[in-house]
Amino acid sequence: MAAILFYILAATALGATLMCITRRNPVHAVIYLVNAFFALALIFYILGAPLVAAWEVIIYAGAIMVLFLFIIMMLELAPTETPRGPGWRRWGPVVVLSSVLLGCTVALILADPGGGAAIPTYYASPREFGYALFHEYALAVQVVSFQLLFAAVGAYYVGRSGPGAMETAEDREGSP
Amino acid sequence: MIVPMSHILIFSGIMFFLGFACVLAQRNLIMILIGVEVMLNAVGVTLAGASALWQQVDGQIFVIFLMAMTSAEVSISLAVVVYLSRRKKTIEADAFSEMNG
Repeated sequence: MAAILFYILAATALGATLMCITRRNPVHAVIYLVNAFFALALIFYILGAPLVAAWEVIIYAGAIMVLFLFIIMMLELAPTETPRGPGWRRWGPVVVLSSVLLGCTVALILADPGGGAAIPTYYASPREFGYALFHEYALAVQVVSFQLLFAAVGAYYVGRSGPGAMETAEDREGSP
Repeated sequence: MIVPMSHILIFSGIMFFLGFACVLAQRNLIMILIGVEVMLNAVGVTLAGASALWQQVDGQIFVIFLMAMTSAEVSISLAVVVYLSRRKKTIEADAFSEMNG
């Protein structure tokens, strides 16, 4: 049962991702990517990671993709102009390169004799998960929180206006 | 029993190279960032599959760290995209081909 669901969800995720990366309008791409992330969240649940599945929906589909939509609409790219996407001249070499790399990867994976056995069912309870996260990996949690703080400060520095802001087109036109 | 580990690896490999093709082919900065997101998610599937294979919780914790890292990366890179679009009124990557100190 779980195996059939995994294959259905994997096909859904791959199809949505394929539609996403070939769109010309970034808004359509983001919507397809949200679809792919919902399928991925269910795959995480099947693999025994219910907390990761919840955070995939909340953080990826809920926060990061909405941030993408905000930026796209703030830059006013969406309704007025649909930018010309790459044509076949640009997709051709990319498809060849990616296919060769993917073929080599799949050949390497299939060459492993132990990879054919089905993995056993697994379920990480929230208690086990939280204990490992805040006990064995407590230092890593603090490092990651510092990283998020630095990212917030950096985003503020890049995006601020007023005195000391980074130079933009309006500044160069206005200055002598 | 769920699927074999090799099928999970092949799935995440296909997804990774879809994101890779998006990064190589697209010239829109937003679409390049979306390709990076797809690649990071493919890595997350591999980590969760390894966690189930060895019956250890560590892989899932690494997925959480991956999500935190992705949030930081997206916030910085979208701020840079906004700055670049204010600077040249476009987000096509070809417009930013010269260095200007």
